[in-house]
Amino acid sequence: MATLTSVHDTLDVARVRRDFPVYDQHRDPPLVFLDSAASSHKPRAVLDAMADYYETTHANVHRGVYAMAEEATARFEAARTRVARFIGATSTAEVVFSKNATESLNLVAQSWGRANLGPGDVVVLTEMEHHANLVPWLALAEQLGLQLRYLRVTDEGLLDLEGLDAALDGARLVSLTAMSNVLGTLPPVRAVADAAHAAGAVVVVDASQYVPHLGTDVDALGADFLAFTGHKMLGPTGIGVLWGREELLDAMPPFLGGGEMIRDVRLDGFTCNDLPWKFEAGTPPIAEAIGLGAAVGELERYGMAAVRAHEVALTSYALDTLRRRYGDDLVVHGPTDPCARGGVLSFGFRGIHPHDISQVLDQAGVCVRAGHHCAKPLMRRLGVPATARASFYVYNDESDVDALADALDACSDLFCF
Amino acid sequence: MAGLEDLYREIILDHYRNPRNRGELECPPARRAEGFNPLCGDEIVIYLDVGDDGRVRDLKIGGQGCSISQSSASMMSQAVKGRTVEEVRTLNSAFKALMTIHESCLDGDGNEVGAEVGGDGSGTDTPVPDPNVSLGDLTALQGVVKFPVRIKCATLAWNTLTQAL
Repeated sequence: MATLTSVHDTLDVARVRRDFPVYDQHRDPPLVFLDSAASSHKPRAVLDAMADYYETTHANVHRGVYAMAEEATARFEAARTRVARFIGATSTAEVVFSKNATESLNLVAQSWGRANLGPGDVVVLTEMEHHANLVPWLALAEQLGLQLRYLRVTDEGLLDLEGLDAALDGARLVSLTAMSNVLGTLPPVRAVADAAHAAGAVVVVDASQYVPHLGTDVDALGADFLAFTGHKMLGPTGIGVLWGREELLDAMPPFLGGGEMIRDVRLDGFTCNDLPWKFEAGTPPIAEAIGLGAAVGELERYGMAAVRAHEVALTSYALDTLRRRYGDDLVVHGPTDPCARGGVLSFGFRGIHPHDISQVLDQAGVCVRAGHHCAKPLMRRLGVPATARASFYVYNDESDVDALADALDACSDLFCF
Repeated sequence: MAGLEDLYREIILDHYRNPRNRGELECPPARRAEGFNPLCGDEIVIYLDVGDDGRVRDLKIGGQGCSISQSSASMMSQAVKGRTVEEVRTLNSAFKALMTIHESCLDGDGNEVGAEVGGDGSGTDTPVPDPNVSLGDLTALQGVVKFPVRIKCATLAWNTLTQAL
């Protein structure tokens, strides 16, 4: 079991909460928000950046020659630069703005996939993927006649590497999550990527749950493509990112056609714009990109090492607290070592349906997700129809965990007989 | 905020604790239909045996789900047994009407749903309850409309029954 002794730097949650207007409201009972894995709250800096853009400089980007349009473009592209630096990208040409991680993954599937894959080609996925990293490939497999293979999940919720070499034999592409949105598992992306590269496959990483919570370096991960979304990392909805290696993006056909993504259009054809705009057809989500840039700024201010240390400590506290209070009546799915997982706790409790758990917790102000978390194959693997899920972020602390544990008593009172 | 007592009435919890008509029927003669709630992963299987006289001879329920979907299915199974297919359809419509949110009956917070849920005459296909249809115990589920996300839980069994008919 890893220890936390190396952690010196952590978050002052009381101060962090002052950055989030949602905590300013008077609520009775007080807000206990434990659903950031679905979508995080937004700090004032993000809301202000978006409002200021609309109030002072809104104009379409990359179009007007007037000063206000230049300023809009400058803020939009500054957000891209910030995002690029945040994930260790070497060039802003590699950072494509999309609508969300789902669109980013569909972009890879439809653009890279259609250009590079054909009947019988092998794509490797894992059993713990979100539907966003399953359905694009299932659809493509149907369209092109691909063969899909899956890396299994162990009973402890870890990625089973036993079948890795066999799965990779002849594989053209591997797409896997860097952190399970259900189990919190952090698969060994680098090891899988190295093996995949050795087998000649391209590596796609769904980092939707990773980028918000752990310092990210696309090279260190060994990714060729990396997809994530803004709204889980303090940013607004409607903005996502696809990072891709420049030579791969360069060789790919466009995904959506329209304005912005072209260099020239004639009646008999078109030529594409440079990267990254080749993949940004139409007016982009400008304010949302600026908001995402501000969100990155806040995360950098907190420090991703501190964010991670905070979440490991809080996860450890939660696992201990729930274990102490409920023993075997509460089953947390996924790794038991808080250092080997993210701050996402999917659990079953005394046979009570997660929907009912979530409903009763809501009466105590405790917001948790209930359902299959867009990971139905993983639910089947775990042998449950659904789970309740509590997830942590920068504004959560031990009091939230205590409130969750207290509210679970009310579930027992109502449903256990 | 509507209170939990509106949702989890005692009779609902009773049907959840002791679900009626759980099991399977041989198909054929029975018909089998499956329903899913994609939101929460609930699954229901309905086995429906309609006799030559056009009446529901037997009905069994399988699958898994939350207290609302399970109790709704359990109460439904009791309510439809022995009824003609036509009566079952009428009952189904009446239950759907009970589960329909009528904007005119809601305040800003989704509270204060009128006990008598009436058609709003807007000409849409909103189900209108038939005053001659008695829903009996099923009216205990009307508190569900105060929790809109749970309406699909309550109607899952009924939508699946429609498929089986």
